[in-house]
Amino acid sequence: MTKVLRMPSSQGRAAVGEIASGLDVEQVRRDFPILYRKVHDRDLVYLDNAATSQKPGAVMEAITRYYEQDNSNIHRGVHYLAERATAEFEAARQTVQSFLNARRPEEIIFVRGATEAINLVAQSYGRSHVSAGDEVVITALEHHSNIVPWQILCEQKGAKLWVAPINDDGELILEEFDRLLGPRTKIVAVSHVSNALGTLNPVAAVIRMAHARNIPVLVDGAQAVPRLPVDVAKLDCDFYAFSGHKTYGPTGIGVLYGKSNLLEAMPPYQGGGDMISSVTFEKTTYNKIPHKFEAGTPDMSGAVGLKAALEYLNRLGMNNIAAHESELLDHATAVISTIPGIRVVGTAKEKAGVLSFVMEGVHPHDIGTILDQEGIAIRTGHHCAQPLMERFGVDATARASFGVYNTKREIDALVRGIEKVKEVFS
Amino acid sequence: MADLRELYQELILEHSKAPRNYREIAGADRKAEGYNPLCGDHFTVYVRTRGDSIDDIAFQGSGCAISKASASMMTQSLKGKTKKEAKKLFERFHQTVIGEKDGDSADLGKLSVFAGVAEFPTRVKCATLAWHTLEAALEGRQEQISTE
Repeated sequence: MTKVLRMPSSQGRAAVGEIASGLDVEQVRRDFPILYRKVHDRDLVYLDNAATSQKPGAVMEAITRYYEQDNSNIHRGVHYLAERATAEFEAARQTVQSFLNARRPEEIIFVRGATEAINLVAQSYGRSHVSAGDEVVITALEHHSNIVPWQILCEQKGAKLWVAPINDDGELILEEFDRLLGPRTKIVAVSHVSNALGTLNPVAAVIRMAHARNIPVLVDGAQAVPRLPVDVAKLDCDFYAFSGHKTYGPTGIGVLYGKSNLLEAMPPYQGGGDMISSVTFEKTTYNKIPHKFEAGTPDMSGAVGLKAALEYLNRLGMNNIAAHESELLDHATAVISTIPGIRVVGTAKEKAGVLSFVMEGVHPHDIGTILDQEGIAIRTGHHCAQPLMERFGVDATARASFGVYNTKREIDALVRGIEKVKEVFS
Repeated sequence: MADLRELYQELILEHSKAPRNYREIAGADRKAEGYNPLCGDHFTVYVRTRGDSIDDIAFQGSGCAISKASASMMTQSLKGKTKKEAKKLFERFHQTVIGEKDGDSADLGKLSVFAGVAEFPTRVKCATLAWHTLEAALEGRQEQISTE
């Protein structure tokens, strides 16, 4: 599986440039217009990347160019612009294919986001393969979007949902996971990186164990695709989902990767235009993949924006990004965990880009408000992972999550912000 | 810039650290649960009524400083009041935390310390959670109250 590159720490070096990871962060920052705005008269310190990332100028320019030059409906028209728009849309599919290292472009289905991708698999693959008494296995680390679609499916089918447990560091217990797999297990769904704790799951091992019993695996990659190189061919996962907006692209577009043999055998998710070959009132023949799963006019400008985002990430290099975020996470963990009264929630050995913590005597929501006054944006709450919060005995955490443009300087600002919280509550 | 000290007044911090009437009422004839899914705040408000009056009022649960202090000070303000007076006080309190009727919070007594919330719109729900829960309890609504 893809491991985060651990680069030597650049601690002690001058902040300017910060190129130890191969990423010139100061240069990267200039690509993101929003980083120049002020929040409450302070420089914006945006540490809520796990919720959504900011967008580089290249993405916004691509979307504007699409609407100014190429906009039309795809796949139907015979006129020039229809051809242009179709070409742009299909080029975006190919960019995603090569970004994920999928074998064929038809294995890339455009959806609204990771949530829709998971719902598609649950309702299409799930409803046609899961029967009463069958089982679905997820993990205790999942986001609500990788819990609820499976609960809905299990309810519809009278199937059982099993949850593989984690240890106190927030790591999946692989032996326990393996024990949950049985002859009735019809699908496994697991996050690549936990949005609430940052745990990097051993997805390669999970896939190996499931495949040993011929069970397909869906990987929720919403937090992984922006942070690590992802290779679906090497992982050998059956489905992989991610969202454009967490990957420096626009909102409203996301991707489901699926192995072509599985996708071809699956019934459509939604019916409508573009997903058919022919329609009579007696019988409809469905289109080939990927179009079978793309009913209606898709988010064309979103696909164009996502293409620009992935090209941008390719220019920076996913290995460089992974190394940069790993460095930030190490630095943040080191300085924040030494503040008296702070407890880091989620201490897995393998983590990526997310630091969750709680503070003795101060609710995360109060931390969030005080940091906001300093221009620092973090997330506070249950991070759409209520069962996980319960596992750690907290109602909520404060979560800082990093992106390509964050610096150690900003983490030091976060630390000063936390000192301010202590001051207010002293 | 809104002043944090306006929000986190001494009295608010003090109540959040040592909430008053933080207990269950054994013979409560009214009870409701309030929940804010955004931040996970979760309170139960207990009321024992006598005729039209609030004979005893208490709460339990967990939440941020603003929601906890608000719950605590609400229980202090309402003991012995009639249901009608409670409803009226909630209306005044609500107007204050959303910034209406600026500068006219004298009749709120100690509760006027929450006037600073008006500068922090995301925290209005924290300040009003216990009050909404109380309203549900007095109206005899059984379902969980959510501020989302």
